[in-house]
Amino acid sequence: MVDFPVIALLVLLPAIGAVVVGLLPKSRNELVLPITTAISMLPLAVALYILWEFSAADGAAFQFSESVVWYEPWGIGWNVGIDGISLLLIVLTAVLFPLSILASASVTKDVKLYMVSMLLLETGLLGVFVALDLLLFFVFFEMTLVPMYLLIGIWGSGNRVYAAVKFFLYTAFGSALLLTGIVALAVMYGNDHGSLSFAFQDLLTLQISSTAQTWLFLGFGIAFAIKVPLFPFHTWLPDAHTEAPTAGSVILAGVLLKLGTYGFVRFNLTLFPEATVDFAPWLAGLAVVGIIYGAAVAIVQPDVKRLVAYSSVSHLGFIVLGTFALTSQGLQGGVIQMVNHGLTTGALFLLIGMIYERRHTRQIADYGGLANVMPLYAGVFLFMAFASIGLPGLNGFIGEFKILLGSYLAFPVMAILAASGVVLAAIYLLWAYERMFTGPVTNDANMGLKDLNAREITILVPIALLIVLLGIYPKPALERIEPAVENIIERIEDATGHETPEFGDMDDLPAATGGHSP
Amino acid sequence: MDTLIFLIVALPLAGFLALLAFGKRIGEPFAGYIASATVGGSFVLAAISAVDFFRGIEHGRTVELFEWISSLGLNATFLWDPLSAMMTLVVTGVGALIHIYSIGYMHGDPRYGRFFTYLNLFITSMLLLVLGANFGVLFIGWELVGLSSYLLISFWFEKPSAAAAGKKAFVVNRIGDFGFLIALMLIFAKFGSLDFGYVFEAIHENAAIISVGTATAITLLLLVGAAGKSAQLPLYVWLPDAMEGPTPVSALIHAATMVTAGVYMVARTGVLFELAPVSQGVVATVGALTALFAATIAIGQRDIKRVLAYSTISQLGYMFMGVGVLGLVGGVFHLVTHAFFKALLFLGAGSVIHAMAGEQDMAKMGGLRKKVPVTFWTMLIAWIAISGIPPFSGFWSKDEILAIVFNRGGGYYVLWAVGILTAGLTAFYMSRMMFLTFWGAPRWDEGVTPHESPPSMTLPLVALAGLSAVGGFINTPWRPALEHFLEPAFELVHQTHLPAPGTQWVLAIVSVGVGIAGILVAYRRYVARDTQLETGGVWDTLLAGYHVDDLYGRTIVAPGKTASEVLAFTADAKVVDGAVNGVGGLVKAVGDQFSKLQTGLVRSYGVGILVGAVAVLVWLLAAGGGVF
Repeated sequence: MVDFPVIALLVLLPAIGAVVVGLLPKSRNELVLPITTAISMLPLAVALYILWEFSAADGAAFQFSESVVWYEPWGIGWNVGIDGISLLLIVLTAVLFPLSILASASVTKDVKLYMVSMLLLETGLLGVFVALDLLLFFVFFEMTLVPMYLLIGIWGSGNRVYAAVKFFLYTAFGSALLLTGIVALAVMYGNDHGSLSFAFQDLLTLQISSTAQTWLFLGFGIAFAIKVPLFPFHTWLPDAHTEAPTAGSVILAGVLLKLGTYGFVRFNLTLFPEATVDFAPWLAGLAVVGIIYGAAVAIVQPDVKRLVAYSSVSHLGFIVLGTFALTSQGLQGGVIQMVNHGLTTGALFLLIGMIYERRHTRQIADYGGLANVMPLYAGVFLFMAFASIGLPGLNGFIGEFKILLGSYLAFPVMAILAASGVVLAAIYLLWAYERMFTGPVTNDANMGLKDLNAREITILVPIALLIVLLGIYPKPALERIEPAVENIIERIEDATGHETPEFGDMDDLPAATGGHSP
Repeated sequence: MDTLIFLIVALPLAGFLALLAFGKRIGEPFAGYIASATVGGSFVLAAISAVDFFRGIEHGRTVELFEWISSLGLNATFLWDPLSAMMTLVVTGVGALIHIYSIGYMHGDPRYGRFFTYLNLFITSMLLLVLGANFGVLFIGWELVGLSSYLLISFWFEKPSAAAAGKKAFVVNRIGDFGFLIALMLIFAKFGSLDFGYVFEAIHENAAIISVGTATAITLLLLVGAAGKSAQLPLYVWLPDAMEGPTPVSALIHAATMVTAGVYMVARTGVLFELAPVSQGVVATVGALTALFAATIAIGQRDIKRVLAYSTISQLGYMFMGVGVLGLVGGVFHLVTHAFFKALLFLGAGSVIHAMAGEQDMAKMGGLRKKVPVTFWTMLIAWIAISGIPPFSGFWSKDEILAIVFNRGGGYYVLWAVGILTAGLTAFYMSRMMFLTFWGAPRWDEGVTPHESPPSMTLPLVALAGLSAVGGFINTPWRPALEHFLEPAFELVHQTHLPAPGTQWVLAIVSVGVGIAGILVAYRRYVARDTQLETGGVWDTLLAGYHVDDLYGRTIVAPGKTASEVLAFTADAKVVDGAVNGVGGLVKAVGDQFSKLQTGLVRSYGVGILVGAVAVLVWLLAAGGGVF
């Protein structure tokens, strides 16, 4: 393994970049976009290096680990590392940032502050995924809040201040509970060992009573449930999504929401296994409600951005269902679906942003017949819509399918209800496509619209390629996720009486034949 | 040899990718040539690869390309056995003919290249469906043919009705997929794998590992998926609307190949159906009811393509009867002959529409025999074939199914009677369509001068007419070649067989008699008495397909939309979000006591957090001596 602190470099690069951008002379605003785009390619390069060097053979262990103690008495330190669960989310983050920055060409107001916010947001998000010290995690978790608040509140549309404040207060409320939980854990460790510790690996060794697990699970869980967002904590999301500028929506849907699901997987499942088992049916239930509710509400939205926002509530429900099925298949599906949703929904928001820049409206009724004037745009939109619908051969299917199969034995009724989401997704996306793109052009304002330009194609092509790649050949991704997921499931089984349901009545079945690994 | 199997799929895929990238630049007619050549090449490769099955020296094998989701027992693996080989030959053979036909039919269309792109995507997808060695690859194909169908039905998307029809087809199919997906969950929960070989072998070794209840649940759910794809009751409503697509699409996707996927799937999973007698009865009953129901609607149609659409639904019902009673060979046999004569009927109808400058209403046709002779004579063969008159192909396959249903006895006698009744109706509505189109006095609009289609369109008609005429001889009671050919694919299933030869003769005489009667009744009515297209009373009900679309609209679509609106604009906006804003308001009221500037408060709090976070980081770095 490398000695070089590659994770520190990954996390700090955007922050350093923020300083550089901040120092650019005010008179040279036209340089801000190209320079920021170039800067955002650096963490991407590091992330790709990490992806390349990451060893699938190392199982569930954290790789590239860096551990520096900062303050001994409180057990605080720069503890970071990457495993199969965080690996792909890091790459996703590093991929989406350059693309969303490139998609921000129309931002003119305070462009420097905008780019600084974006880069600080990237540092925060990358930090969250690598942090293996809970205080460090919290600091990064909070650090994402302010730039996003600014992005929505300053560069948003229409009702931006309301949306920004709602986003901020809602998540800040969750953060307070999270911080309380984290401190409580550190103190518990202190009581047992004589000195505090915030280090994840230390806290994993704690023996926590059932009662304490329940309360801590709730503290962490509510913070994460708001972030996901899990029904009924979701109402900040449509407002925030709708009002945010394009890049804000992309990062919000693509990465920020995954802080919640990632938090559940990384901390709730491992630190509070007993409470996890107890709460699993409830969370799975809320997830299923979210899947159906989000999709049903999406169908009739008149605003296409709001429609996609509600579709996120539905898709994130799948991720939570897979997570709390507590089976290897379900959890693997949940983890890969975090990446898939980031790509497809991110792409849909990018596309909506591109048409918004042309027409300055998000109302579906203002469009119609766009496929006549923007055939390429229509084709890409349809492609992304089908990826989001979960068309097999594209990425979304892999995750949804694993989640459904993986949760069936744990919660059969809920899995069956969740499967109805595949019908609803087809309804809301294809109906929206029908109204926006087919038929004759009825609104003269849409008559002379220009099709995608080279910059826009450059933004969309990498996402489309990843969608196809993950759909057809997900093996490299799944191989890296699987050991980390198995490790969590085993931990839950060891710590509680919970038994993961076995797929297949193996006693009755013949030995596995070709193409099957039990 | 394995490379050949791979190439069968890779060739149309390459055609699709090439046309996707350069289709517009290649344009007419080369886009059509490339597409046709790839599919034709695929047919040749399939024929070469199938030779060993004909010689009886091979039983089938799997070809693994790469690992896909191996922990689910799902890899990119093809199964090359007689059943998939036969399906491949039909898909690529009929597919190639329809590709060639389209070169002429789509002449002058501004999106000519795009049409062939989609057509090749369809062929590729359909090949994945029939060649998949596990439920996963089958399901990929299953969904991708749905995508192709969506794209091709709404090919002329400027027309709102075409766009709506495409969406309807996909959504109704997804309702079927909902059942299919649950079936897959049950299978995976039971077996821990979705590999055909693994699951079927496991059952073969010990049928007791799966209870009758589980097998029944799985097979009924598979039927839901099949009913969506193959347009059976109650999910058939998308197929008549699918006629909005260009006619070659109707012939290829919505008659000859894609809609038979449900039949193929039941045949492929025959091992499971064998364990579930109740499901067999349900499949056969759904098939029989659909056959009768759709045949009655076909009688009342005015649009030549809609006659054929309901006819297709009806004929698919026969196939379901066949596979439902575990006459798998019979069901698949009818799939093949139907692919010949129904593709021919659609392409012939397309040629008529072409001749009539786009007119599809039979009220404005009549007397076309001499104007489009090739179209007329070839369609005549298909007409006799579907009416069940020997020795043409439809007779052999339909009669095999009916005889097998009869042989099951008991309640299946009723289904047999329904099948016979439907046979009579089929002969009647098909004759009605032929007489109204080709006989009698011309009722053409002014300025319409019918003319025969170009050779690229008539040659496929002639080829299909030949197949429709003699195609039945691949499986006669005296020489059941198809049965022998398919034997290795169905060796794990105990199929229902034909009754004794004496009974067969009696049944055949009955069904041929009914078919001739249907034709004669239609002749008296539409030729001898020159009855024009009927209106009023029951005819309007039939024309509207018993108003089933309205019924679904009122009982499912409208309430669903209302529910969605209530959830969105009342429950979500007022209740859930209202509660949040209520709490927020309360906090604000308290906050206002401290500061009148609410947003300012948040902003300063936000900056506070950021400064705090940075300060903590800096402090940690300083205290610990830094990272580097």
